[in-house]
Amino acid sequence: MESTQSFRFFNRGPSPMVRLVFFAVLSMLLLFVDARYRYLESTRSTLSILVSPIQRVASWPGYLWQQMGDFYITQSRQHNLIAENEELHRQHQFDAAQLLQLQALQAENQQLRNLVELPLRNEFSTKSVEISYAERDVFNRRVMINKGENADIRIGQVVMDEAGIVGQVTRVYPWLSEVTLITEKDHAVPIQVLRNGLRAIVFGAGDTSQLSLRYMPVSADVQNDDILVTSGIDGTYPPGIPVAKVIKVERDPAYPFANITCLPVAGVDNRRHLLVLSDLPGMPELPAQQPAQASAEKRTKIKRKN
Amino acid sequence: MPYTAIHARSEIQRPVSNTFILTSVLVALFLNGLPWEGVWLMMRPDFVAVVLLYWCMHKPWRLGIGLSWAVGILADVADASLFGQHALAYTVLAFGGVVLNHRLQMFDLRQQTTHVLGIMALAYSVYAMVHWLVNGYVVWMYFIGCLTSTLLWPPLCILFQAMRQQPVERE
Repeated sequence: MESTQSFRFFNRGPSPMVRLVFFAVLSMLLLFVDARYRYLESTRSTLSILVSPIQRVASWPGYLWQQMGDFYITQSRQHNLIAENEELHRQHQFDAAQLLQLQALQAENQQLRNLVELPLRNEFSTKSVEISYAERDVFNRRVMINKGENADIRIGQVVMDEAGIVGQVTRVYPWLSEVTLITEKDHAVPIQVLRNGLRAIVFGAGDTSQLSLRYMPVSADVQNDDILVTSGIDGTYPPGIPVAKVIKVERDPAYPFANITCLPVAGVDNRRHLLVLSDLPGMPELPAQQPAQASAEKRTKIKRKN
Repeated sequence: MPYTAIHARSEIQRPVSNTFILTSVLVALFLNGLPWEGVWLMMRPDFVAVVLLYWCMHKPWRLGIGLSWAVGILADVADASLFGQHALAYTVLAFGGVVLNHRLQMFDLRQQTTHVLGIMALAYSVYAMVHWLVNGYVVWMYFIGCLTSTLLWPPLCILFQAMRQQPVERE
């Protein structure tokens, strides 16, 4: 077969070189359009219908492995399970007590807010989702979750687990959505230090599962074990949800900014079930002299880039 | 493997069916899609790249640069990388394979593997370079995948040769 084909001089079409150049230019064009303007999202979700069956099948082995693990745990470690159950009961009772307190506080807070005529902090509703698979790319820290347009997931919605913020929905397919984790390189979350209310922005480190607090002056009042919670002033993240814990503060007077490393509070890398927050309260209109629309667009653009 | 052995074997090989090529590419996409994580993700060979390279080297008129590009686009969708990132890398890879096709008859498996390492390194660098241009940083551990992909080459080659021969032996 090979030997006959090497004599076919005329019906081969363009030479490999021509093809290489053609497809390389085509790819680069697509790259440019996708990186710069993001026009191709609809094409992407159409093609995802082709690819998603393969991905679904590929996620089965992991699922089976987990099921098998669960089976053996229930078989061999019944005592552990009983102990764990007791522990959870204790935890639940403890939490319930705290929850009662919280309800009282909430009522009190509402009363006080009524007194000083501040707008109420709105509640949000949550949707429970499951991680279908983590993205197979060393560079990115993203996961795919098993609900998409069908479950009314929107771009920009916040994803959290029971402990804190996990990430943000950055792309929505018909049956899947892509969540960018807060540890993704340059992903920004506006936060406040819980201890003293200091406002700052925490960025993902990218190559490790850590976060860093950038642009904080050396004299900033940040200590080890400080809890960082969302400040809510960006209108994307609801206020008061834990994001990270400071684990290392390096103050080198040679640099204008302190080097502060944090660890995410949520199990960013080791959870299977997550919550997507929806129906967040919108931001109040910005004053007229600042074009609200433009700045909002800019903000979402920056977010998406991250 | 001596030169004569490959030459003799390729003569009795039957034409490859389209189903075989398609299945191999689908299986490669499936293997790439398995839940790899952490260190394993870095060590993971790019199955699709290796399979595409195999077909581009052995049957460049069946699965050439164009189809490799199309598979690359599918890989882009699967990995949610930028549109054209895998496609560009696979185009370069396929070109390497097609060029190597002409020399295939002269090389034994060991020499082929050396060439494959070069082509893989090129394709991986293209991918990393695009990422660097767009996002401004490169994870160097990513290039481990290039070595493991190359290590996958000899077993895959032998396996595919064997699978292509099987029907002949039965007759």
